[in-house]
Amino acid sequence: MNIYVLMKRTFDTEEKIVIENGRVSDDGVNFIINPYDEFAIEEAIKLKDAHGGEVTVVTVGSEDAEKELRTALAMGCDKAVLISTEDVEDTDQWSTAEILAAYFKDKSFDIILGGNVSNDNGTGQIGPRLAEKLGIPHVSTIVKLEINGNQATIERDAEGDTEIIEASLPLLVTAQQGLNEPRYPSLPGIMKAKKKPLEVLELDDLDLDEDDVEAKTETVEVFLPPKKQAGRILEGDADSQAKELVRLLKSEAKVI
Amino acid sequence: MHFELTDEQKILQKMIREFAEEEVAPGAIERDRTKTFPKEIFKKLGELGILGLPFPEKYGGGGADTISFAIVVEELSRACGSTGITYSAHVSLGGAPLNLFGTEEQKQKYLIPICTGEALGAFGLTEPGAGSDAGGTETEAREDGDEWVINGSKCFITNASYAKVVPITAVTGKKDGKKEITAIIVPTDSPGFSIDEPYDKMGLNASNTTQLFFEDVRVPKENILGKRGEGFKQFLITLDGGRIGIGAMAVGIAQAAYEKALAYAKERKQFGSPLSKFQVIQFKLADMAMKIELARMMVYKAAWLKDQGKKFTKEAAMCKLYASEVCMEICRDAIQIHGGNGYMQEYEVERYMRDAKLLEIGEGTSEVQRMVISREIGC
Repeated sequence: MNIYVLMKRTFDTEEKIVIENGRVSDDGVNFIINPYDEFAIEEAIKLKDAHGGEVTVVTVGSEDAEKELRTALAMGCDKAVLISTEDVEDTDQWSTAEILAAYFKDKSFDIILGGNVSNDNGTGQIGPRLAEKLGIPHVSTIVKLEINGNQATIERDAEGDTEIIEASLPLLVTAQQGLNEPRYPSLPGIMKAKKKPLEVLELDDLDLDEDDVEAKTETVEVFLPPKKQAGRILEGDADSQAKELVRLLKSEAKVI
Repeated sequence: MHFELTDEQKILQKMIREFAEEEVAPGAIERDRTKTFPKEIFKKLGELGILGLPFPEKYGGGGADTISFAIVVEELSRACGSTGITYSAHVSLGGAPLNLFGTEEQKQKYLIPICTGEALGAFGLTEPGAGSDAGGTETEAREDGDEWVINGSKCFITNASYAKVVPITAVTGKKDGKKEITAIIVPTDSPGFSIDEPYDKMGLNASNTTQLFFEDVRVPKENILGKRGEGFKQFLITLDGGRIGIGAMAVGIAQAAYEKALAYAKERKQFGSPLSKFQVIQFKLADMAMKIELARMMVYKAAWLKDQGKKFTKEAAMCKLYASEVCMEICRDAIQIHGGNGYMQEYEVERYMRDAKLLEIGEGTSEVQRMVISREIGC
């Protein structure tokens, strides 16, 4: 099987977000593999173990993502590809999907796995956009995947319910929490990762121009959510509490 | 100068930190209370290839460096001191002498099971009358045909209950009026060899600390480790490496105590504001952060020297001495910041302090470290 995984390097979930000059600052921040992409990597390795083949992990972004790619290789992926966008001023989901589509144009693949969303921008667009461009089916937020020959049987999380879907390969799926428990990279895996192939591609290598992939969207303003106010405890008997609550919802919160 | 870890070291650090937080930390209080050895954890560490970390790949090891070893010891100790010392002793006292001084055959036979995790590593040096003063060694090995016949006892030996073999030091004769000390590999299933675990310890309760007894234990001549009469020299070299492990343990426990104290100080309110807003507490926390940073740098430096094949005796003693002493100070202050809660097991800082105390004693007391440093600076 030819298995591909889309991976994004994101902020560690424990990092505090700081805004500087209208942008989220990444000064001294710890980066990780986007947690949903980690599920995708684990599932890809399991597929390889069950069906044979090769797992290639692909990322689009800065060259610093090499460490996260090496981590994926240490977990058991076979090859890594880093598509550098360092020359592009601004990218968005459209740009990333465009770049990935150019990369996959001449590749043969059976399945592409990705995370359902990234834990930073959280748009959940890359997978579906790419599938659309490649003209293949996609299933998002999957929690179970079984492949038999050319057929995939998939359970997907439908806002708390489970939907069972059958699809044929080639296919793109995005992983939801619950799909699996990602393994720890083993020490031999870490030592071997250094020697596995990691290819760095420039846009040029994909016959793309910087202008071809400039963002279609514009970030107008970046701001933190307002600080949470302390809660208020209403006093008195139930009747007067209810009255007071209605009054506050009307006059202060202005929601009714 | 280059102060950054390599990508491999960073990936390993992240992996072992997650492992320690998810697999080691959760049962630490309970294991301490019930004196339960973390057997399951070591099985998993074996599967992850961590148990043979610094040893050559051809013996099933990981081929990683000493800095990586220090990282793993620190992270395990941050979650559970008993797990940290078991691991540190396994590698630096159990595996290292076999790797450094063993013959090819001995490595095949004894180092491979240590790397795969089939057995844990242990080292039998300390006796009731001998530790850093090897001249007090009384355990004796007498030649009889093709065999050594061993009589005597050892105390405070880490991991022996889970070991297949224990290299021990024994007196094999006298030379120029001095005892000739030789290291001999003794299989734990040899007739006449008994191991018991009699101690009620102050801390590190989940680690395995044993007494060894030898009554006419017979082992073949070839079980000598390295050369006859070099036991003393070998154990000095072994302890140099072990001290990096103890230093790393101290950094891990200190880091845990500091993190708990910082979190508690931010949360706990007295006189209308969090403790962390009082300068007296702030200064304690600032000192903790500084001492940990310095201790870690010294551990890394000693490890780096070792990896470069340079002499590291002085730096190993310094990192062990400094890290263990600041670890005790940090644990004491962490309890102080917690007030009454700090005295309770549930808050963990009291366990850190009980575990930390051993670090000022094991593998050479603080006083012995100062002797080593004095000697190294030419006193």
